Amino acid sequence: MWTIYKKEIRSFLSSLIAYVVIAVFLIVTGMFTWLFKDTSVLDSGYANLDPLFSIAPIIFIFLVSAITMRSFSEERKSGTIETLTTRPVSDMSIIMGKYFAGLTLVLFSILPTLLYYYSVNKLSINPEQTGIDKGATLGSYIGLLLLGAVYVAIGTFASALSDNQIIAFLLSMFLCFFFFIAFDFLSDLEFLKNSDFSTEWLGINYHYRSISKGVADTRDLIYFLSLTILFLGFTKFIFGSRKW
Amino acid sequence: MTIRVENLTKIYGPQKAVDNISFELKKGQIVGFLGPNGAGKSTTMKMLTGFIPPSSGNAYIDNINVEEQPLITRSRIGYLPEHNPLYLDMYIREYLRFMAEINNVKNPKKRTEELIELTGLTLERKKKIGQLSKGYRQRVGLAQALIHNPDVLILDEPTSGLDPNQIGEIRKLILEIGSEKTVLLSTHIMQEVEAICQRTIIINRGKIVADAATTELGKRNDTDIVIYVEFSKEISESDLRKIPEVKNVSKGSQPNSWHINTTESQSCKIALNKLIAGVGGYILEQKEEKQSLEDIFQKLTRNVDDL
Repeated sequence: MWTIYKKEIRSFLSSLIAYVVIAVFLIVTGMFTWLFKDTSVLDSGYANLDPLFSIAPIIFIFLVSAITMRSFSEERKSGTIETLTTRPVSDMSIIMGKYFAGLTLVLFSILPTLLYYYSVNKLSINPEQTGIDKGATLGSYIGLLLLGAVYVAIGTFASALSDNQIIAFLLSMFLCFFFFIAFDFLSDLEFLKNSDFSTEWLGINYHYRSISKGVADTRDLIYFLSLTILFLGFTKFIFGSRKW
Repeated sequence: MTIRVENLTKIYGPQKAVDNISFELKKGQIVGFLGPNGAGKSTTMKMLTGFIPPSSGNAYIDNINVEEQPLITRSRIGYLPEHNPLYLDMYIREYLRFMAEINNVKNPKKRTEELIELTGLTLERKKKIGQLSKGYRQRVGLAQALIHNPDVLILDEPTSGLDPNQIGEIRKLILEIGSEKTVLLSTHIMQEVEAICQRTIIINRGKIVADAATTELGKRNDTDIVIYVEFSKEISESDLRKIPEVKNVSKGSQPNSWHINTTESQSCKIALNKLIAGVGGYILEQKEEKQSLEDIFQKLTRNVDDL
């Protein structure tokens, strides 16, 4: 698995995908957090990172889809999948190697934003004692990482479905978008409104917001983990279907 | 170090790509897997390497079932797939290193350098695979197949698309490494099996139509000899057909030249001499056209409905 992981990371670095993804993420979140008047921390008057955490899931829909779209599509298109799968590695280690490589890239895009955290804390009225809401921010970071974990699983799955990278990209974007926010809109529909069971609960956004409050609820954790495992399971199923 | 295939069948929809084939390869053999395009060569190889499962039947590497313990059999096979797929954006070293690690080679770095040397990539070693010519890419493909020093080599059309010099070099390489391994190589070029394979398996429409030592294969059809003869004077076809040894006659490219099929070349030649002497002419040229492997191949793989 780690051999595949290393190879994927190297290819992210050599193809410049890694740099572009990290740069785009930082530029866009940076602008929303510090520059744009409507969302900027400086104008909001509160010492928190809400602008970052509300825009990041949307940007990740694009970026994660772009990271993962080639993982299986390209191997299938170029035929290298044949050399790879006839080596003594299991399907699962190929999938996990590619999955963790994608997740690492997400992690490294998020890491530099710790600088935002430091800055906002410094700018707050009393940095030493109260400062930024540490619990909520930590929760938000965990939430963002878990969201990234789900997105990467979805993207990997989409890539396994098609040998066309553009189709994989679009499919991944659609699925990420759907799972992130669509259930919020669906829950507003008349016929889904009255049920005791909240449709909203099915969406990522509900759990993401819940974790962002700084409350480590195991139900949210389980939700994120199950969704990740579900999509990795689908990926294994699709990847194994070449043998039918 | 053996390959054994038992009643292997692969069905795609209504079509039988591989139809109930069985064969066995022993250590140290280089065996040519010969057949026209679409005969089922690649499909058979894909089943041997475990890339696709057979519809029925079994394949064994060293008596281990390919489907039951794929990780073990794969580690003993070196495989060069058709069209030689490679990661074009990787450097040669980087790629071979990766393949070494994925094959659990003990000292990947050292082994990579060894293979670069062995396959003659030393001068190109700092290039990306995408920058290489087809011949060098083929060497990278071969290096990749050899990196874990496998007992069994499965090479799907290793020389296709190369120029004659490159073909010669790749063949030499296969011959060198083939002496202590079991090699199954597919091709649709007859000269290739003549040049390097001790044994030939000819496959057509998913079925094995011949399986013999390459030299035997040539002899087998020697019963039918073709004599090319050029006379100085005109001889009618009916006169030629009167000779009892002559089985068939067809006109040659030169005036008064003929291709004559016979089973007994000696007495047929004498009869031809007598015939031309009878009309006061001479034989200008006469040669025996040995049936090449090519003819045998064509004969064996000619589709039934074309006849």
